[in-house]
Amino acid sequence: MARPRLRISDRVGDRLLLSATGLASAIAVLLLVLIAWQVFKGSGTAFHKFGFGFLTGTTWKPNFNQYGAGTLLFGTFVTGVFALFLAAPIGIAIGLYLSLMAPPRVRAIIGPVVEMLAAIPSVIIGFWGILVLAPFLVKHAEPQLHSTVGFIPLFGLPQTNGASMFAAGLILTIMVIPIVASISRDLFDTVPRELQEGASALGATRWEMIRGVMLPTTASGLAATSFLGLGRALGEAIAVTQVIGAGTKINTSLYETGDTLASRLANQFQNATDQLQTSSLFYLGALLLIIGLGSNLLAQWIGRRFAVQKAHA
Amino acid sequence: MTILDPEFDPIMEPSRPAAPARSAGERYRIQTVDRPARTASHGQPTPTTPVVRESVFKVEQLAISYGSKTAVQGVTMGIDRNRITAIIGPSGCGKTTFLRSLNRMHDGIPGLRVDGHIYYHGHDLYGSGVDRVEVRRRIGMVFQKPNPFPKSIYDNVAWAPRNLGLRSGLDDRVEKALRGAALWDEVKDRLKDSALGLSGGQQQRLCIARAIAIEPDVLLLDEPASALDPIATASIEELVRTLKAKFTIVIVTHNMQQAARLADRTAFFGLDNERIGTLIEYDETDKIFTNPADTRTEDYVTGRFV
Repeated sequence: MARPRLRISDRVGDRLLLSATGLASAIAVLLLVLIAWQVFKGSGTAFHKFGFGFLTGTTWKPNFNQYGAGTLLFGTFVTGVFALFLAAPIGIAIGLYLSLMAPPRVRAIIGPVVEMLAAIPSVIIGFWGILVLAPFLVKHAEPQLHSTVGFIPLFGLPQTNGASMFAAGLILTIMVIPIVASISRDLFDTVPRELQEGASALGATRWEMIRGVMLPTTASGLAATSFLGLGRALGEAIAVTQVIGAGTKINTSLYETGDTLASRLANQFQNATDQLQTSSLFYLGALLLIIGLGSNLLAQWIGRRFAVQKAHA
Repeated sequence: MTILDPEFDPIMEPSRPAAPARSAGERYRIQTVDRPARTASHGQPTPTTPVVRESVFKVEQLAISYGSKTAVQGVTMGIDRNRITAIIGPSGCGKTTFLRSLNRMHDGIPGLRVDGHIYYHGHDLYGSGVDRVEVRRRIGMVFQKPNPFPKSIYDNVAWAPRNLGLRSGLDDRVEKALRGAALWDEVKDRLKDSALGLSGGQQQRLCIARAIAIEPDVLLLDEPASALDPIATASIEELVRTLKAKFTIVIVTHNMQQAARLADRTAFFGLDNERIGTLIEYDETDKIFTNPADTRTEDYVTGRFV
C-alpha cells in the first residue's frame, strides 16, 4: 500500500509550530530564573550587612541605615491568614451552592459575577477600601466587635481613620474569595454523579452528602485552592498599601496600622535614597518571592497528590 | 392465586432442617408460621400471610417526562412483597426511569415531572409531606456501576447507619450487612482498607451491603451485574436470590436469562404506538417467557425484537 506523501510545507509547518511553542515556554522559564536571580543579586548588600537577622529585626529606619523585615513579615502573615480564614469557608460555600444547590439560571448568573469580582483591578478595590470600607469599619464594625469580643486582644480599640490590618485583611478576603469559589465549584463538579446518587439513595440529607462525600473527595483540592488564594493574598501590594496605613510596629490589635512585604516594597521603591535601602527592599522582594513560590509549590504538590489519588480511584 | 407458596425452597433456608418425611401440606403450613417470625427479627412489620400477596407498591397510570419529552407513560402495576420483580425490555423504553421513580431519585432534576400515582404500602409516595430522605431510607438502591465511596470498606457500610444515629452495635451491624451481601469472608481481615481496592464484583456486593445496612424494606437494583464479568454476575445473582427472604426486590436487567433465572414476576417494557416507553406485559416469569399474551413480548423474549 502506497503511503500518502507528506507535503514539505506541512513538515516545515510542524517544525515551526514546535519551535514557536517551545520557545514561548522556554521564555517563561527563563523569565522566572532571570527575575529570581536579579532579585537575589540586588539583595546581596543588605544580606551581607544584616544576614538572617533581617528576618527578625523590627526597625526600618532609612536615616539610620537600620533595616529589618520582622514587622512586615508579621503584617504579611496576619493579613494573609486572616484573609484565608475568612475567604476559604465563604468561597467553598459559594462553590457548594453553585455546584449543588443553585437552580441553573441562578448558577448562570452568580458564577460569572463571582469570577468578575476577581477581574476588578486591585487599585479599585483598595480605593473603595479606603473611602468606604475603612470608615465603615472604624465607625460601626470595630466598636461593635470591641464591645462584644474585646477581651480577645485582636479586637482592641478602634483607631482614627480606619486604615488597619483589619481593613487590609478584609480587602484581601474580597480578592481571594473569587479564586476559592470558582475553583472549588469546579472541584465539586468533578465529584462523580454516581457518588452523589449513592449517598442520596442511602437516605442521606444534603448536608450528610456534602460532609460525607463531597468534602472528603475534594479535600486536598480544596486545600490546594486555599494555598493558591493565600499566595494571592501574600503578594498583593497596591490594595493593601491603600488601606493598611504603613504602620511600623507589631501590634496585637487588628485595628492598628501595619505593613506587609509587598506594600512596603511598593511604597518605598520610588523614593529609595541609597544603595542599602534599595538592597533592603530587594531583600524584601526576595522574601516575598520565596513565600509566593513556596505557597504556589505547596498548592501544586497538594494538587498533584490529589490527582494521584483520583487516578487510583 | 395459589394456596401453596411456590417460592418455598428448603435449600434457601439453611437454618431449617430439610424435612423429607413431612407431607407437602405440613411443609407449607410451617412456612406460613415461620416467615413472619423470621422477618420480625429484622425489625420489619409483620407481613400478612404469604398466601395473600401483599403489595409493596401500587403504581397507577404513571407517566414521567423530562421537559416536553415523555420517557414513560401508562404504567400500572403492583409489586409484591418479598418477591423478585424483574423489569426487562429494550434500551430506551424507560425501565431505569421507572425504577428511579420508585425511590424518588428523580427529585431535584430540573424539568422532570412525575404524573400518576405510586402508592407505597398505601401511602402516596409523591404526596405532600412525604420526605424523600425518609423514602430512600426505606427503599434502597444499587446502581449499574459499582459506586463505593472513597472510604474504607468498614466506613462505606457504617456511613448510612451513622447518619441515622445507629451508633450502638455498629460493628455487629456492619458485619451482618457484609455477611448478608456474601462479602464478609473476603473482607473481614481488611475492613480498614479502601473500598476502591476491591474488584468490581466485590464493590457491587459492598454497595449491596451498604444498602442493606440500614435495613430497608425494598431494594431497587438497576442492572447491578451489567458491568461485571460472568463469575461476579453469578455471585450477585446468587446473593439477590437469598436477599428476597428479607427484602422486596425490583431489578432492571438487560439480560433476559438473568430475569428468567431470578425473578418471580417479570414486567416487559417496550414502546407504545407513540414511541413512548410503557409497560407491555406483566406476569409470572414463567408465563412471560413461555406463553406471553402479547406478541411484542414474545418477539422480544424469543429474540425477534428489532
